[in-house]
Amino acid sequence: MKLLILIPAYNEENAVGSVIEEVRAVMGEVPILVVDDCSGDGTVRVARDAGARVLPLPHHLGLGGCVQAGYRLAFELGYDYVIRVDGDGQHDPRDIPAILDALRREDSEMVIGSRFANGSGQHSGFLRAAGINFFRAMLRPILGRPVRDPTSGFVGVNRTALALFSRSFPLEYPEIEALVVLQRKRFRFVEVPCRMRPRRAGRSSITAIKSLYYMAHVLLGVFVNVLKFEGRRK
Amino acid sequence: MDRLLNVMTAFSVLLIASVLSSVRRAHIRVEYSVSWLIAGLVMLILSRWMAALDWVADLVGISQTGPAAAPLVLLMVTGTLFMIVLYRISLRISSLKDSNIALAQRLAILEFHLGSLNEKAKAPATD
Repeated sequence: MKLLILIPAYNEENAVGSVIEEVRAVMGEVPILVVDDCSGDGTVRVARDAGARVLPLPHHLGLGGCVQAGYRLAFELGYDYVIRVDGDGQHDPRDIPAILDALRREDSEMVIGSRFANGSGQHSGFLRAAGINFFRAMLRPILGRPVRDPTSGFVGVNRTALALFSRSFPLEYPEIEALVVLQRKRFRFVEVPCRMRPRRAGRSSITAIKSLYYMAHVLLGVFVNVLKFEGRRK
Repeated sequence: MDRLLNVMTAFSVLLIASVLSSVRRAHIRVEYSVSWLIAGLVMLILSRWMAALDWVADLVGISQTGPAAAPLVLLMVTGTLFMIVLYRISLRISSLKDSNIALAQRLAILEFHLGSLNEKAKAPATD
């Protein structure tokens, strides 16, 4: 069983080192790949000093392009499972074993670390809560089942989903669209309860002003992916 | 109305001259200059040929709106042409962006593999 921990990072020199150390503390010597989205700070140096392999991108691709680069490399290197942990420290690496266990049960191609899977978890603000509720309601009929935390980036995939995402992955704001890409292939996903923490450093790339653009972009992306549905087949 | 038509003529001549100058200096590729040149030529012809303008106005059914019909048609045609050119450019930019992302990912992955091979080559033999 080959497992890779994938950490996309952009200007996360103040957080990525401790994220790698925490992953090591939980998972031992499991390979860690930091995909650096052309950071302007010392993210690459800090990640290497902490013992991770680094895939530095030649220019800034955005989150989706960054994650997909990691998926492509992981697929070429023959990994069976890839678990994505954000480089800003929001995801608690102590939840990685639960995601891996769910992946290994082989009843789903993707596992989402969910803030709300067990009914708990708190939204970080009114707008974000409204946005998440809106996307939950929108995705329900498309996926044919509820998803509690569609914006979570704490995600594990098996090799089948890895093959798909290495070919086709949303390039901006990928989490919600990735669910629809998965559904297009009739792949399955499950959610496992996870803790979500405040960012260790830096600021979220989604500001209040960008939220409207985010909503419009994701809606259009979902719509386009729904148009690509290949018909119901098992 | 004459003033508007003269302005459109000057604008279209300026557009055509700018595009040709850019092509000559290799600032714009020939295949991407064609759309702009066609747009400029259509604007130039319509701004100088009233009969054609009246014919288009009649075609789109605004010839009954009086003397305002001709400039309205000219602005409508200009707007439509620019939208078509911009749409073509958007298609091209999207395609280039996809290629660019794929290339950047490929380059990064190949450099990663190269780095791994160099590390293996430098590592002392264990047996």
